[in-house]
Amino acid sequence: MRYLVAFGRFWYDFVVGDDWRIAAGVVGVLAVGAVVLATGLGGTWLPAALGLALILVFSVPILRAGRSG
Amino acid sequence: MVGMDASELGLLVAVMLAAAVEFVEAFTIVLAMGITRDWRSTLAGTTAALVVLVIITGVAGYALVQWFPESLLQLVVGTLLLIFGLQWLRKAVLRSAGLKALHDEEAIFREEAAAAEGAGNETIMGLDGFAFVVAFKGVLLEGLEVVFIVLTFGLTAGNVPLAAAGAAIAGVIVLAVGAVVHRPLSRVPENTIKHGVGILLSTFGTFWAVEGLGVFAPGGESLEWPGGELAILVVLLAWLVVSRALIVVLRRRVASGGPAGRAEPAAV
Repeated sequence: MRYLVAFGRFWYDFVVGDDWRIAAGVVGVLAVGAVVLATGLGGTWLPAALGLALILVFSVPILRAGRSG
Repeated sequence: MVGMDASELGLLVAVMLAAAVEFVEAFTIVLAMGITRDWRSTLAGTTAALVVLVIITGVAGYALVQWFPESLLQLVVGTLLLIFGLQWLRKAVLRSAGLKALHDEEAIFREEAAAAEGAGNETIMGLDGFAFVVAFKGVLLEGLEVVFIVLTFGLTAGNVPLAAAGAAIAGVIVLAVGAVVHRPLSRVPENTIKHGVGILLSTFGTFWAVEGLGVFAPGGESLEWPGGELAILVVLLAWLVVSRALIVVLRRRVASGGPAGRAEPAAV
């Protein structure tokens, strides 16, 4: 069990790293994109909109981290 | 480089730079063990780690190609690459803004060497156990990042050999330079390279993850970006501008003595 936890922690640190909010934001944006596509609402605007949303979920946690003292 | 298109060149450069950073970090550990303990045991540990990495690359690469349809592969691998790349970019931004300590290969070398000198002398099959294990773990952990980048880039771009070649070229360059100078490669502008690599990983991750979302659309075909592959350049420019803007904003906060946040340790 200890090795399983260590294995999971290694991969978490490896991929997600220090700020889980960025990873959660990326997954959230892509999930919204998936729902939009699955419901047939997608269009040529979707990739650019998702790109902008990804920039937001990256920038906001960094700016907030820079604010907290 | 002759005969390569823009995305292949981007793939090669991204993998070379990312792999070079990891190889420099692994080289520091190997050098510290070799100089302070025993070169034969250190090189045995390094070789054992390289063998494990080659096996992981082969098995994981084969499994991913066999089991995943193209758009799902793009989505899964692109998402992992994007999250991984954004972590690099975040660290590079915080380091450039002075909110995170810079990676110092000289300091890491001194710490590793001091630990090696103070360790016991247990031998395993005639090899220095400490040097073998530390070299093995160091090369394996740094190498896993290289494997991750080679596989994610190579599989999504449909060119694993080119990605592997990029990593191999980087390895040869780092080894050659390291053999000549015979000391930690502390003059490598590591944060600048990491910033560039973070942008490249995030760019390709964004491009492929969004394309891969097509798996949820009727028909399951990959989504098309406006402008096709040219969109990669726009995405790259966007990440570059955003990261530079974040650095400027955070630096101003630090300079104005305002709430600048906690300085994080230098790890990774």
